[in-house]
Amino acid sequence: MAMAAMFYLIAFITLGSALMMVINKNIFHSALLMLVSFVGVAAVYILLHADFLAAVQVLVYAGAITVFIIFGIMFTMKGDPKKTNPFSKNAIPAAVLLLLFIVINAVTVVITVWPLSNLNPPETTVRAIADLMLSKYVVGFEVTAVLLLTAMVGAIVIVKGVKKSS
Amino acid sequence: MIDILMDKILTIGLEHFLILSGTLFFIGLFAVLAKKNVIAVLMGIEIMFSAVNINLVAFNRYTAAGTALTGHVFAIFVIALAAAEVAVGLALIISIYRQRTSTDVQDYDWLKW
Repeated sequence: MAMAAMFYLIAFITLGSALMMVINKNIFHSALLMLVSFVGVAAVYILLHADFLAAVQVLVYAGAITVFIIFGIMFTMKGDPKKTNPFSKNAIPAAVLLLLFIVINAVTVVITVWPLSNLNPPETTVRAIADLMLSKYVVGFEVTAVLLLTAMVGAIVIVKGVKKSS
Repeated sequence: MIDILMDKILTIGLEHFLILSGTLFFIGLFAVLAKKNVIAVLMGIEIMFSAVNINLVAFNRYTAAGTALTGHVFAIFVIALAAAEVAVGLALIISIYRQRTSTDVQDYDWLKW
């Protein structure tokens, strides 16, 4: 019962702030509502017994990505802030289509029989994640590290531009 | 009948998390399809990434609980990819903004003829 109350409260905050993010006309307010939505997703992870992922979600999404987006907004904002985030002309067909998709998704999830397991989730996940990441998935781990480095260097080069070689 | 329905609504299971993450994903997709500002489109993509992560963790919690944490590891990789994607995406947006002085997706039409 308490679990249900928490779930519906968190779901309401997460989905409501995500929807307000889309509707809001001021892009900076949209970014702040996106932050609320990310913190709501971190709370969903705690409901799912994923403590490490909740911490990572707050650090990476609510910390780093929101700051990135806000810097991007500051670099490109001009004119009246209240009109910085308008809808395009295909907003209404998109809304109808995605409402349909949400209904289809919900119906499909409800009528499918899932192969549930009755085991209890582990108390803490950090040690198990570290064991998996540095043994079975170590190649993926290293590739992700190289990818992050490449993406950061690439982002700097794209923004800074390349000097003409004389 | 109504008792069974209330029981389904009040005992939180895999279905609840799947519907939540699906709805969040489609809200993000709505931002991608319906907004004019390209940074709002990027924000919609980030919402979609975090919705997918809820899906991975929920499946790991309810169908493989206590056996392995593969879903968590996969979610961490997705988070790393999302961070790389937002860095490169914003770099491209700022670089294009210098030439077009606009963040409207309708103005990004070099490849249109």
